[in-house]
Amino acid sequence: MAFAAFATTAQAADAAPRKSSKIALVLLAPGLAYLALFFLTPLIALILTSLQAPALYGDMGEFVYAFRWENYVSVVNEYGETFLRSFGYALIATVAALLISYPIAYFIGVTARKWPAVQAIALILVIAPFFISFLLRTLAWKQIFSDDSWTVTTLQALSILGPDAHFTGTPFAVIFGLTYNFIPFMTLPIYTTLERLDTRYLEASGDLYARPSTTFFKVTLPLSMPGIVSGTLLTFIPASGDYINASGDFLGGPGTQMVGNAIESNFLVILQYPAAAALSILLMAVILVIVAIYVKRSGTEDLI
Amino acid sequence: MATGTFAESGADLELVGITKRFPGFTAIENLDLFIPAGSFFALLGPSGCGKTTTLRLVAGLEDPTEGKILVGGKDVTNTKPYQRPVNTVFQSYALFPHMTVLENVAFGLHRRGIKDAVAKAHEALILVELDHVANRKPQQLSGGQQQRVALARAVVNRPALLLLDEPLGALDLKLRRQMQLELKAIQTEVGLTFLHVTHDQEEAMTMADTVAVMNKGRIEQMGAPQELYELPRTAFVANFLGQSNLFTGPVAATTSNTIALDIAGNHIVVPTARAARHNGVVTVGVRPEKLTLHANAPAAKAGQNVLNGGVVKDVSFSGVSTQYIIAFPGVGDIVVFAQNMVFGPVVNEGATVSVSWDVERGFGIEDHPEVLGKFVPDDSTASIAVAQRKALSAELEGA
Repeated sequence: MAFAAFATTAQAADAAPRKSSKIALVLLAPGLAYLALFFLTPLIALILTSLQAPALYGDMGEFVYAFRWENYVSVVNEYGETFLRSFGYALIATVAALLISYPIAYFIGVTARKWPAVQAIALILVIAPFFISFLLRTLAWKQIFSDDSWTVTTLQALSILGPDAHFTGTPFAVIFGLTYNFIPFMTLPIYTTLERLDTRYLEASGDLYARPSTTFFKVTLPLSMPGIVSGTLLTFIPASGDYINASGDFLGGPGTQMVGNAIESNFLVILQYPAAAALSILLMAVILVIVAIYVKRSGTEDLI
Repeated sequence: MATGTFAESGADLELVGITKRFPGFTAIENLDLFIPAGSFFALLGPSGCGKTTTLRLVAGLEDPTEGKILVGGKDVTNTKPYQRPVNTVFQSYALFPHMTVLENVAFGLHRRGIKDAVAKAHEALILVELDHVANRKPQQLSGGQQQRVALARAVVNRPALLLLDEPLGALDLKLRRQMQLELKAIQTEVGLTFLHVTHDQEEAMTMADTVAVMNKGRIEQMGAPQELYELPRTAFVANFLGQSNLFTGPVAATTSNTIALDIAGNHIVVPTARAARHNGVVTVGVRPEKLTLHANAPAAKAGQNVLNGGVVKDVSFSGVSTQYIIAFPGVGDIVVFAQNMVFGPVVNEGATVSVSWDVERGFGIEDHPEVLGKFVPDDSTASIAVAQRKALSAELEGA
């Protein structure tokens, strides 16, 4: 079932070997060409870059092709903590987004079924933030959380925050930003599965002596797993690589660096291309492993 | 209900003054109903008559607007579905798609903390002959198998009251017949109270001890199937449960134990005891299989009603019997079912015939003539339900 959630993205890759007829190949050609050009080529280039060595007597940012796998060791030593922080923040943000999104999705998909107008308005409210740029919305939160904003001053006046405390630059602000920005990506897939949820199963469960809470955990939740799996993947993967929220220009600070920020500074500021490439490859590999384990586990749990 | 224990036996169900209003319409109007423990009760009616709503009210899936629901003498009106000692076999089966057949069946047992839930679930699956598919998912089973799983899932809990919502609707005829027998056997074996909702009059008459015919949110008539069939009280019952020939006319003569109607110059006699109304304009009826067809006008005999001068409009052969539609001038069309004792039809289309029947077979209904006319005889579902019931019980004994 969980694989079904993933199927839409995996289809293009698996379909190729299965269909052997020539027509299928012709029809697939544009897609394969696109993948080769815009996915495979950059990936190979990235791998090659990650193994480059500094040019002898060269300028800063000048590298030559080599097989310098020590690049990986050095980035792990240097950025290991950043990696852990990235996945930690992404995980907390994913869980928070799930806890916030599930009730919203349930309300729109199940509770509001009787009132299509309410359903439509609620869906628009979920999607509406997309009409404003991601950067602008994050900047707006920076304003709201800035040191002289009314939020901070009010909380300070109420002695909830210390007189020198900040909001921006704290892990809380970064995780808040990640959660906020990815809520629609979590809500929409969960909504689509809950919208198809057959409430007769819930009636049957109640009829078979299950309390509403038991019905939720034994029937509703398992039946909405495809939405939860796709929602969490759509949140966790981009959140782990995010570099906007954690950036010092937005909600983050020097102590909240995520892998995305490390890659950005290596590529664009200190011009350490091999290190940046190695970080990117590592990020991709770790995400792949985590996602594979997660999809596999949620797929089998489903059968228990 | 108490956890960890089964109901000792079936429980009474009592509905007191139940009314259910939905925005815009009233589904059930002031319904009173008593179903004694251990009986097989069928609620029969056309779609939209309120029978499924009644079932959902008993299950707790809907709340009544007014009235009380008592199960085993205890008022359950304000309790939630999971608190009621009632299980339902849903029309759509509603088997949980993410669980195996076994998990589905054990679900209710686990919720109530019954010991040996898995072993009991297996027993229930053996009862419906599906233990070999215990580890499959419901969607891997055929419709008939899913239906039996749904039945096992409900019966395994030994509820005091089992509700069946048109559970056999999706099955083909042969499987339906088999399931009817199985259901009846399970009911007799475990002694539960069954409340069966259906629009299939044959199914209701075959399986139930008591049938209540429901129409427009009210119960029209209630009783043993045979009683209902032989002595319908309203035109609706007369035509929903089997088929009837109805005649409306003024009462022309009365004796101590009969009344005679004047129908276009013919006298039709009905026993007073079998007629609901005895004066003014009344409607009487007779079942099509009670009529005898005559090629020549029979001699008038005491205790017989005779109609002469009918023209055969239509002859249709249906295996066991042949249906004749005969037009009598001034009286209207009369339907006759004749057993096929000989090869071929007794008379052909266009022939002039007479019909006769025992006065004792007639019945008089309650409806005032002005409310009639909206009841159109339902030719398509015509069947000799009593014969079917006998055939089935013979089959049950033979099995």
